Amino acid sequence: MQDKTHSSYKQLEQKSKYTNMFLRWFLYFVLVIFALYFIFPLYVMVVTSLKTMEEIRQGTLLTWPSGLNFDSWLVAWGGRGYGAGDTFLKPYFWNSIKMVVPAVFFSTFIGAMAGYVLTKWRFKGDKWVFLFLLFGCFIPYQAILLPMARTLGVLGISNSVIGLVLVHTVYGIPFTTLFFRNFYVSIPSELVKAARIDGAGFFKIFFKILLPVSTPIIVVTIIWQFTQIWNDFLFGSTFSFGEAAPIQVALNNMVLSSTSVKEYNVDMASAIIAGIPTLIVYVLAGKYFIRGLTSGAVKG
Amino acid sequence: MLKWLEKNLPKIVMAPAVGLIGWFVYGFVLWTLYISFTNSKILPKYELWGVGQYVKLWGSRKWLIAVDNLLIFTALFLIFCVVIGIILAIFLDQKIRAEGVLRTIYLYPMALSFIVTGTAWKWILNPTLGIQKMFIDWGFENFTFDWLVNREMAIYTIVIAGVWQSAGFVMALFLAGLRSVEDEIVKAAKIDGANLFTVYWKILLPMMRPVFFTSFVILVHISIKSYDLIVALTQGGPGISTTMPALYMTQTAFHKSQVGLSAASAMMMFMAVAAVIIPYLYSELRRENAR
Repeated sequence: MQDKTHSSYKQLEQKSKYTNMFLRWFLYFVLVIFALYFIFPLYVMVVTSLKTMEEIRQGTLLTWPSGLNFDSWLVAWGGRGYGAGDTFLKPYFWNSIKMVVPAVFFSTFIGAMAGYVLTKWRFKGDKWVFLFLLFGCFIPYQAILLPMARTLGVLGISNSVIGLVLVHTVYGIPFTTLFFRNFYVSIPSELVKAARIDGAGFFKIFFKILLPVSTPIIVVTIIWQFTQIWNDFLFGSTFSFGEAAPIQVALNNMVLSSTSVKEYNVDMASAIIAGIPTLIVYVLAGKYFIRGLTSGAVKG
Repeated sequence: MLKWLEKNLPKIVMAPAVGLIGWFVYGFVLWTLYISFTNSKILPKYELWGVGQYVKLWGSRKWLIAVDNLLIFTALFLIFCVVIGIILAIFLDQKIRAEGVLRTIYLYPMALSFIVTGTAWKWILNPTLGIQKMFIDWGFENFTFDWLVNREMAIYTIVIAGVWQSAGFVMALFLAGLRSVEDEIVKAAKIDGANLFTVYWKILLPMMRPVFFTSFVILVHISIKSYDLIVALTQGGPGISTTMPALYMTQTAFHKSQVGLSAASAMMMFMAVAAVIIPYLYSELRRENAR
């Protein structure tokens, strides 16, 4: 009797082992299918950029290129060397760098200070001030485009990198404040209180106590701001054109320019060049990237 | 004087942030609101004109198409991102080998700009040399896939590219949510004889209510603001078949020089976002206060 139960239990265990194995395979199958879907465009971009137009016309999206041919990359980066109508990314890439670096710096600094005050030097109504700033994360920028365009005109910095630095600094503040405020809230205020009793001032406390432990949130903020500003198109395309344009605008213009034959290989090389800086940051610092994303991703 | 300075230093340090946001966010939104009630064309005029621009807006065929497209896009974008995101999160949560690599692959599109995404998908979806040709070369001779240049279908190409870009993000949100649930709950359910499906369907997913809510808010917000992806993929075409509110707003302002009308459309977008965001902020604040 007991033997029988035992064997049927064994059978059951065996059966569940098979279902489990089947389930595992199914699991991996689905995960890999999705991985292919996500990787497919990147694969297509890379192989297309390495093909000649002749190869592109003869093969399909998936065909492996005949060799490592970086000509399209060189054209995308540095142009073909004839004057008018020769658009290439190099100058715009530098525009973007010149725009990103100061904008990230200023917005991070202002956000750090605001977050510090809002958590360690609390005053009456500070919650409302935070809410006041936070709302700036959510507004659709269409509602500020028209007055911004006028303002930049009045200030004499429309269609310039400086104008874009101002725009990105201002509209980055709500996010940087949010990041630093949420981080500093979790740092015990006792330390700050003790330092205040010892007579340490506002800036001394910030630089001696808070700044040394702020590395993670600074990294998150810088990565977030860098990605947002580098990838921006709305502000770039509205407030700058021609020579002052940032890289995303230049990429779009290059792809849309309907002069002569479409060169898909150059288009793809350009897209990769415009995407590489943020991809590198993502691969190197994915953890921080995701942290920023989950706390600030309300931006569209 | 020095004493006063010392006492008010925190507020002085706070002032730039508050001042900049007050002027550039609140001031500008109010300016746009005011202009939407005027008959401004190329240059802003400041005599009030009533609600004429709003009447004009809602009588415009292009705007109605834009709103229609926004509704279609938002619905599909939401459904696909959430379904794919949840499936990936649950599957990744099963002690999968190479989880890190898979997660990196699912999420990398979030690091790219919509312009890069749009450029890539435009090439993939183009009827002459893209996916269509791939299938024809594989022997499916009658295969057609011309959504990108088809008035009826072009809006769905934007959904495809949008979902590709954002589904991984929903996955990350849900994975974080699932991981924060205590093991004890799952163990207890399993001891009671619940299978894995029941555990997720009856216990874990209902616990993910806040994550659903957050994803909903973020995705709706992304879709109302969609602009770059459309510019890169279809430029609102063929014809005006893929116009969306954000594109309508910039085109009316900067190509058609109808500043008043464009301000009215911007305010409609603002109200749509506010309708989603204000309840969200309210509930978030309540949760924080409850803590």
